[in-house]
Amino acid sequence: MSSPFSINGGACVAMVGKDCVAIACDLRLGLQSLTVSNNFPKIFSYGDVYLGLTGLATDVSTVSDLFRYKVNMYRLREERNISPSTMANLVSSSLYEKRFGPYFVSPVVAGIDQKTGKPFICGFDSIGCIDFAKDFIVSGTASDQLFGTCEGLWEPDLAPEDLFETISQALLNAVDRDALSGWGAHVYIIEKDKVTKRLLKGRQD
Amino acid sequence: MEVLLGITGKDFTLVAASKAAMRGATILKASDDKTRALNKHTLMAFSGEAGDTIQFAEYIQANAQLYSMRNNIDLSPSAVAHFVRGELASSLRSRKPYNVNLLLGGVDPITDKPSLYWLDYLASLAPLPYAAHGYAQYYCLSILDKHHHPDIDYEQGLKILRMCTDELKRRLPIDFKGMLVKVITKDGIKEVEYDDEARIACP
Repeated sequence: MSSPFSINGGACVAMVGKDCVAIACDLRLGLQSLTVSNNFPKIFSYGDVYLGLTGLATDVSTVSDLFRYKVNMYRLREERNISPSTMANLVSSSLYEKRFGPYFVSPVVAGIDQKTGKPFICGFDSIGCIDFAKDFIVSGTASDQLFGTCEGLWEPDLAPEDLFETISQALLNAVDRDALSGWGAHVYIIEKDKVTKRLLKGRQD
Repeated sequence: MEVLLGITGKDFTLVAASKAAMRGATILKASDDKTRALNKHTLMAFSGEAGDTIQFAEYIQANAQLYSMRNNIDLSPSAVAHFVRGELASSLRSRKPYNVNLLLGGVDPITDKPSLYWLDYLASLAPLPYAAHGYAQYYCLSILDKHHHPDIDYEQGLKILRMCTDELKRRLPIDFKGMLVKVITKDGIKEVEYDDEARIACP
């Protein structure tokens, strides 16, 4: 119970649809069973790419700040936004740099490649092993429950509105079965030239 | 058994800290000030391991003041909070990390918006409307959940703080020697007259 990954709690999920991707997270920050904040988002945007970070809250902040710096430097050098697949490799190599003293986070990357228009999602373990997936990626203390809900609800080629409903129900119903996650959610629906961010209230208990 | 409390309101932030300086089971002092002013409108309250707390707080205070002198403008409460988090986070992965929990209360000098930041020794940062550290969390957060609103005025804020400190006196097994209360408004930081003589009887 005192694993660094489950001190603060939190959940994150990403899904692929037809010419769109979705990424969602809960909002809880806790200390074991005590909830400290119900407004702690775990998704961060870096141009066209979205990064979800669950795990130890201090490392969620540290890693999100680190990638803000790295992606800004990339943008200045290359004079273009970073693509999702490049971001995935940047995350992987940055995490592996700390192989023997890792950041206690389980990142999720989601985005659409602006050149090809192809949806891209992937997940990582805390030392940077990439998990490419064609359907969905889950992470956080509710990952077991998320595997269940996603396996049950997801289907191929969902339109943006249907994908929103699917990912929202998957997340909301998963975190309701996890004591360390929940207290509201953020959902991003990413299309080629449109991003919709929605705030879900969720159960407040 | 150190108590830190913070409450924001319409145009102010209240920060309260227990006055007992403890070492094991002994109370060494009953008029301890566990707060440091970082600049004109940001106050930091701290608890944790004896040497670390003041060492870290005064290091942060010196750097915040150095910034103000160099740039002729104060860091905003949000900027200070993120600076402190960075320092604490890099300390966390050093040979001997600082064991310090913090509350940062402030009022933004430009927008006049009050703010409160909760930071623990792991450098988890959370901006909150009201916050506590240590055992006080278990007693006070539920009271604050029930009675706090974002637009309360100063008198209502003090009234809610009184409910919290009364509950702590009633339930904590050790006397924490009352609270030192400070308020931050757009005009700066002021100490508040706070009566802790009244005995609260346990039912």
